[in-house]
Amino acid sequence: MSLSAHVTPIPVLRAHQDAILERWVAEQKRGAIARPDLLSDADLARECSELLSGLLGGLDSGSMDPSGPGWEQMRATLRGITLSRGRLGFGPSETVLFVLSLKEPLFTSLDELEPAQRIQAILELNRLVDRLSVITSEIYQQGREEIIQRQQQEMLELSTPVVKLWDGVLALPLIGTLDSERTQVVMETLLQAIVETGSTIAIIDITGVPTVDTKVAQHLIQTVSAARLMGADCLISGIRPQIAQTIIHLGITLPDVVTKATLADAFITALGRIGQHVVANRTDQER
Amino acid sequence: MDRVPIVKVGKYLLATIQTDVQDNVALALQEDLGARIVATRASLVLVDISSLQIVDSFIGRMIGDISGMARLLDAEVIVVGMQPAVAMTLVELGLTLTGVRTALNVEAALAMAGIRDHR
Repeated sequence: MSLSAHVTPIPVLRAHQDAILERWVAEQKRGAIARPDLLSDADLARECSELLSGLLGGLDSGSMDPSGPGWEQMRATLRGITLSRGRLGFGPSETVLFVLSLKEPLFTSLDELEPAQRIQAILELNRLVDRLSVITSEIYQQGREEIIQRQQQEMLELSTPVVKLWDGVLALPLIGTLDSERTQVVMETLLQAIVETGSTIAIIDITGVPTVDTKVAQHLIQTVSAARLMGADCLISGIRPQIAQTIIHLGITLPDVVTKATLADAFITALGRIGQHVVANRTDQER
Repeated sequence: MDRVPIVKVGKYLLATIQTDVQDNVALALQEDLGARIVATRASLVLVDISSLQIVDSFIGRMIGDISGMARLLDAEVIVVGMQPAVAMTLVELGLTLTGVRTALNVEAALAMAGIRDHR
């Protein structure tokens, strides 16, 4: 729908731009939508001013559809503000209310129009701001989803560090629940590290794994088998008493897998396999 | 038909698979190895598969078969240098090759052999 058929409210809005802005900021502070703990007054005023100019710019295009052409500038501004609010800690409803609170200041500035024109303009502006708020909420959600995806990726990368304990001894401390996707990454990282470092022993430490079910056990056995095929031995350490109990209750057996209670025990065993051992420093006692 | 070269190094035999093998090449290797083990009375066979990038269930079973056959001829097989991708594939296929000895590289395999011979 176009405004050109009617007396457009744009000149009126432009004339009252400063007043609208002032009222809008005041409105937010009164309605406790503004969060002075997250956003300073100056920044709030700046955001409001940018958004209002964007709105007027969009109206100038003659279109009343904020998701259509002519409103690109407005959508970019809205996107920037919404994402920055999301990062600052504003909730989704706070962010949407921020846009909706523009209604009252806009409507009150139309007082000088003829009643019929006024109702027409209010209806159209109302619909416009509603659609803007829907766009805001979508952008907010997208922002959240991007953050979640990035964090998942980061967790996947962070969660599989392969540590070299000694020449020829690798350790893989696993933390968190093991699912198929993670086990695949774990397996690949470990096998790759075995080739790169030429290590003959790898210790998989599962102290940080909260639960072991049949699937996790299956994954562990697969990893151990694959490492063995390449010519490296795997030790599993850090099985807590409760987990040992669960494993037995589930009827899982870990055939041909050497398990140790702690990483330290596994390390000593590994050193023994490569013909090294730890000796207490006698001079320490003599001193 | 391509054949996998089998080299005699001291008391050991060394078979190096240099490309991805076809099924008939694998079968030929099995025959050749048997003959060479008997002819040279070798007690240890190193099968170097570090250049092998692609593996299927047939090749996987062949590796296990070679090991079993050598054992019957009183020789031991050490499979050397399996790549991570190959190892993962075999495990996915359920071929864990229990009883087959493995080593990271030829050096490690020779060290294993040395320890065995001094026993």
